[in-house]
Amino acid sequence: MFEQLSDKLNVTFERLRGRPRVSEADLEEALRDVRVALLEADVNLKVVRQLIATVRERALGEKVLESITGAQQVVKIVHDALVEMLGGEAAPIERAATPPTVVLLVGLQGSGKTTTAGKLANTLRKQGRHPLLVAADVHRPAAIDQLRALGKQLGIPVTEVNASRVASDVAAAIAAAPAQARDTVIVDTAGRLHIDDEMMKEVEAVVAAAKPHEVLLVVDAMTGQDAVEAASAFKARLPISGLVLTKVDSDARGGASLSIRAATGIPVKLLGVGEKLDALEVFHPDRLAQRILGMGDVLTLVEKAQEAVDRKTAEEQTKKLLEARFTFEDFYATLQQVKRMGPIGDLMKMIPGMGAVAKQLPTGPEAEAQMKRIEAMISSMTRAERVDPTIINGSRRRRIAAGSGTTVTEVNQLIKQFAEMQKLMKQMGGLAKSGRLPRIPGMPMPR
Amino acid sequence: MSLSDGLAKTRGGFLSRLFGRKAEEPITPEFLDELEEALLRADLSVSLVDPLMAQVRDLASTGELKTVPKALDAVREVLVAELTKQDASLRSGGKPRVILVVGVNGSGKTTTAAKLAKRLRDAGESPLLVAADTFRAAAIEQLETWASRLDIPIVSGRPDGDPAAVVFDAINAANARGNSTVIADTAGRLHTKGHLMDELGKIVRVTGRAREGAPDEVLLVLDGTAGQNAIQQARQFTKDANVTGLVITKLDGTAKGGAVFAIVHELGLPVKYLGVGEKADDLVPMDARAFVDALLPRAA
Ligand SMILES: Nc1nc2c(ncn2[C@@H]2O[C@H](COP(=O)(O)OP(=O)(O)O)[C@@H](O)[C@H]2O)c(=O)[nH]1
Ligand SMILES: Nc1nc2c(ncn2[C@@H]2O[C@H](COP(=O)(O)OP(=O)(O)O)[C@@H](O)[C@H]2O)c(=O)[nH]1
Ligand SMILES: [Mg+2]
Ligand SMILES: [Mg+2]
Repeated sequence: MFEQLSDKLNVTFERLRGRPRVSEADLEEALRDVRVALLEADVNLKVVRQLIATVRERALGEKVLESITGAQQVVKIVHDALVEMLGGEAAPIERAATPPTVVLLVGLQGSGKTTTAGKLANTLRKQGRHPLLVAADVHRPAAIDQLRALGKQLGIPVTEVNASRVASDVAAAIAAAPAQARDTVIVDTAGRLHIDDEMMKEVEAVVAAAKPHEVLLVVDAMTGQDAVEAASAFKARLPISGLVLTKVDSDARGGASLSIRAATGIPVKLLGVGEKLDALEVFHPDRLAQRILGMGDVLTLVEKAQEAVDRKTAEEQTKKLLEARFTFEDFYATLQQVKRMGPIGDLMKMIPGMGAVAKQLPTGPEAEAQMKRIEAMISSMTRAERVDPTIINGSRRRRIAAGSGTTVTEVNQLIKQFAEMQKLMKQMGGLAKSGRLPRIPGMPMPR
Repeated sequence: MSLSDGLAKTRGGFLSRLFGRKAEEPITPEFLDELEEALLRADLSVSLVDPLMAQVRDLASTGELKTVPKALDAVREVLVAELTKQDASLRSGGKPRVILVVGVNGSGKTTTAAKLAKRLRDAGESPLLVAADTFRAAAIEQLETWASRLDIPIVSGRPDGDPAAVVFDAINAANARGNSTVIADTAGRLHTKGHLMDELGKIVRVTGRAREGAPDEVLLVLDGTAGQNAIQQARQFTKDANVTGLVITKLDGTAKGGAVFAIVHELGLPVKYLGVGEKADDLVPMDARAFVDALLPRAA
């Protein structure tokens, strides 16, 4: 779900990376792109500003502007700032010294509390625990039926509370747990708005009675700018110990998690990745930061690249790529450079502009062999064909296939991929130039 | 609940500081920054806010916009105009009228179906509810609880049953019983799940077999707290299920639902209703002015 953000940042930094040094103007342009990308990912505006300020300050403080490796440093600074924002280690779910461990799930309406209660019970049982589910949502129609149905599916007992004594019934269910050989109690509560004082009082009373070891705030990954507001308000009234981010199986970029972590300090603990009861994953902040930036070990690759890539060639190619003038000729030159650097799978991403199109290219163990075939096909093209692939008609394709020991299908595929890549580059080029966004048609300003 | 009551809670704080200003106050760079912040924090897409702010800055620099209230009014006007381009009334193309309620998980579909049924009944119609979320645990019971509370007839599917068949049967039942409108609640599905979107496409097609030209409305229920992903949702649901209108829920919280502007702008869909609470009466017809005023409040 974070891929789009990382793609966007990659575009920015690949562009930067192609340049020998970062000017102050370049830095500001990169920061503008970072701002847009983060806002589109629903990162809270305040957090975006904070991050940008941090990056700018550090970039200037490190005299990055005079440095020959400025672009790489900017990449690293953004990366590090994101990691810091997300927090350090993955936080485990607490376990009480004397059972039962009590976990309470709270949050806005429809965020996924009841489903998460079922998933968490399922996960903990797989770890040898003996959970009890407590249905304490007496407000939403059939919420208790819902948890009861989940308990039945899982074969995990469910205790219900009475609408007129929610807090005391929850406490009673917890007290009764050991006698039923239950060492973990998971309490599902009603969805509530953080500004609904009466409902917030209800859950405060439940917390006071249940004395939970974990109070998990369940947040929808698709949440927008309001995430921080809601999370802060919940945290102000309840001892929130962790965040569960749900619906991560969507294509939401999930800036809400970043925002909440940065603004409230609440650590993300679990990810909901589907509607089924096994779709719960442990969250790793470090992995997330890398995923956001799409970096992996890009930083070390950047260093390697510095040695191997002839900067000038790279710069020219980036320019051509962005203008969709990238030809098979350039592609061939790029392949030659890549070959000098080592395993192709890893290194494709590093070539300026290539990260975003890496998806189009072969990866994995077969990549090396396939690259050889691609190389052979390109060598079998005439110069005219390499510069203008549109002239490669049927008979030319047959000739290229025969000359390179490949098939016409493979040649067709290469040409198609290449065309797609050019199209992609054209889009990136457009994006790159749009430092200022165009006026939106149909949205005129009245005077 | 009235719309302004429902939305009233979203005022105050940062926004009242920004907008509780004197009438003659001139436009300053700080004001422009705060205005931009208000728009972005309301989940308006940066792709709309940037050009909009560029225009405001332009007009301010040429002196065409002079005071803070003028600038705010200009922006409000643009936003209201964007929301009022489309017809927001409920369509009907035959008897019974068929309305499908669709959307991602937890956005408020079931509650909206119940609220809408009550609205129509209060307006003298005879709605029939259809519980066609056969997937989520107790989703059928949830709508049945609403139906019995509101005393509105309901046709229910079986857990794990075929939702398209339930809707088909319900339309026939409505015909036989003389119900004027069929409101079918469907299971939540992420727009990224191809097989579930195909299933929805099938429901849409099957309703057309039960009644020529149906469905009359496919209402996409969007969670008002959702951010930019709502745009993806709207695109995909429109593609796979021919969405005809939007409902934005949970506007009784502090979220403003600003992501809808990009949707309306791009897809030309009308916003038909707003959800402003969990009770049966907490569904109100779209009121563009009230919606925009909640986003950029007027000084009290
Ligand atoms: N795709 C997906 N759906 C989820 C996830 N978690 C919950 N849901 C769905 O979101 C909807 C609301 O969930 P529910 O547990 O009832 O939310 P609650 O109101 O907070 O208790 C239901 O349709 C769930 O199936 C998740 O991680 N992925
Ligand atoms: N505050 C508030 N809650 C709402 C609104 N609409 C629905 N809900 C709540 O959101 C949760 C999910 O609603 P539901 O109708 O079950 O969503 P569905 O999964 O899309 O069918 C429930 O707890 C509803 O009571 C609204 O307009 N305001
Ligand atoms: Mg629930
Ligand atoms: Mg539902």
